[in-house]
Amino acid sequence: MPKRIGIENSIAAADAVAMANVDVVAAYPITPQTHIVEHLAELVADGELDAEFIPVESEHSAMSVCCGSSAMGARTFTCTSAQGLALMNEIVFIAASLRLPIVMILANRSLSGPLSIWNDHTDVMSVRDCGWIQVFADNGQELFDHVLYAFRVAEDPTVSIPVMINIDGFIVTHVIEAIEYWDKEQVARYLPAFKPVNVLNPDAPVTFGAFGIPNIFSETKKAQDAALLASKPVIMKAWDELAKVTGRSYKPVETYKLDGAETAILTMGSFGETASIAVDRLRAQGKAVGQIRLRLWRPFPFDEIREAVKGVKKLIVIDRAISYGGPGGPVASEIRAALYHEQQRPAVVNFLAGFAGRDVTPEDFIAMYGTTETLAAGGAPIRQEDYLFYGVRE
Amino acid sequence: MESLNVYASRLVTKREHFAPGHRACQGCAEALAVRLVAKALGQNVVVASATGCMEIISTPFPFTNWRVPWIHVAFENAAAVATGAEGAYRALVRKGALPEKGTVFLGMGGDGGTSDIGLQALSGAFERGHRFIYVCYDNEAYMNTGVQRSSGTPFGASTTTSPAGKLKAGQVTWKKNMPEIAAAHGIPYVATACSSYPFDLMKKVEKAAKAGGPAYIHILSVCPTGWGLPSEKAIWIGRLAVETGVFPLYEVEQGRYRITVDVPAQRPVGDYLKPQGRFRHLTPEIVEQIQTRVTAEWEKLRAKTAL
Repeated sequence: MPKRIGIENSIAAADAVAMANVDVVAAYPITPQTHIVEHLAELVADGELDAEFIPVESEHSAMSVCCGSSAMGARTFTCTSAQGLALMNEIVFIAASLRLPIVMILANRSLSGPLSIWNDHTDVMSVRDCGWIQVFADNGQELFDHVLYAFRVAEDPTVSIPVMINIDGFIVTHVIEAIEYWDKEQVARYLPAFKPVNVLNPDAPVTFGAFGIPNIFSETKKAQDAALLASKPVIMKAWDELAKVTGRSYKPVETYKLDGAETAILTMGSFGETASIAVDRLRAQGKAVGQIRLRLWRPFPFDEIREAVKGVKKLIVIDRAISYGGPGGPVASEIRAALYHEQQRPAVVNFLAGFAGRDVTPEDFIAMYGTTETLAAGGAPIRQEDYLFYGVRE
Repeated sequence: MESLNVYASRLVTKREHFAPGHRACQGCAEALAVRLVAKALGQNVVVASATGCMEIISTPFPFTNWRVPWIHVAFENAAAVATGAEGAYRALVRKGALPEKGTVFLGMGGDGGTSDIGLQALSGAFERGHRFIYVCYDNEAYMNTGVQRSSGTPFGASTTTSPAGKLKAGQVTWKKNMPEIAAAHGIPYVATACSSYPFDLMKKVEKAAKAGGPAYIHILSVCPTGWGLPSEKAIWIGRLAVETGVFPLYEVEQGRYRITVDVPAQRPVGDYLKPQGRFRHLTPEIVEQIQTRVTAEWEKLRAKTAL
């Protein structure tokens, strides 16, 4: 029987990795990812997890070790944050192109500079186009579930694409929650053994990572894009199966109190939980407000977003990263692009908020709603490229 | 085997694991070294290659010269990729997913990929004690990008980023001593080799495969294109590198130094420098300076072998 225990989310995530019977873990310490890999090291040291824990000398080597390991057919995990992701950036892209089904937890943290260890989404947005399947978990339970989910999706022979689980650093990684652990039977039902498509085997040699001459390069890029798009049915089925095994259901785009909403607040990551409280309070005041959580970042759920915003007149999009001199935050850019051809589409009001651990409370979401209503009442057109810094001292 | 030179070639397998038909320049002694290493290791090997000449010439998609499993990920991480594969192998064997077959794991890169951009990953891999071999194919510059200087470029050599000019006589720094850096990690086996001495090279590769821990082989790989040499002179100039003491062939086995190809009466370094276009601007004074250095380094090495 699954048991529910109070535990730090990072420890639970590491336990989920161990329950997946991972073969190789390669990681380099960086705050706030540390507790996850520390616990994995403990599990290996205590003989509770039979895996190679490879304590590399950098994140660049962490992802490189993962590539070598995954290409051997081993179930492979790593975990990093911010600067670590930046240092391994080169190999993150190559891992996807090599179709190596590595699973990585990205404990989201602000990219330097200035140096900060606190949470936002500037790190993940720097690898938006890396070709990985990218999902967001909002709390410890979702993180636990998505570890097992990620291995299932990544290693599906029709997918064979690495999966990145985004989780807000500190805000989620370092708090204690009540988490329902899966039991062995659930894991066995849900997660099959890893059967790699191609593997480095002296008895049947293959060449991985040949270089692409111009004559073939465009074709490989198109094939990679097609593979990521084609992963969607597997992504969906893995969530359906997860619901059958655990009773918890996940979707690419999740909505809350959206029926009859004129205004919707769209977030990614743990902000969704806080925004829900704001929505409850606004609804209690009789305001027609609902909520949208974007869980699947890549492949981007265009259809689900279009469906979700039908009837919504004002869409508040919270971004936790900035595109300097660009068209607003990366999430708002994507949403605007997704809605561009729609006949009826909401005005998108983009707030940049919650950088590097700056708290965003339910009151703040209510204030953003107020600003949006004021803008709309003023009748001034909300332009595509507009974005507003929220809560920044002038 | 070196004492049986007349018969040595008959003892070597005719089987090639690095297939003919690669796209290296004519006279490339690096491709020859790769072929010899592959021959010595046989079929039961997994190779992780750095970006560079050997990667480019052997795997333009959809072709490959590799008859053994081979992976290329990036430039500076061949050691990390090789050790990831080795770690995976250990885990999978232990967990019963793979049979123990004594598979050898080989990382390979050029002098830039090893002693410059890949040094950190290599040092980490040595320190962690993986059972793998790393081979540096040292052609003494970034040849793949057009002969730019690296830390492996010798003093005085003219390259495209250390050109001989009115003020400077080419490379102004001394070649980084990569084998000594490897040996300083206290790994079980370190050796230098040169494809002009194929049997010495192959014997060292075989030893490295049995080292039981990290092993490093630094192979001087003559590059006629980058060094300014006629292509048929590659083997000859490699021999001169050894005979002049510029590139001594030795091994460090469990910390014990041994010169494997002794040169009792060394030839003057000018014999090695003169035929090469990259050194043609050198004045007699600079040649003398190099001679002094080579003699001193040789003495230092000799002293270590006496320990």
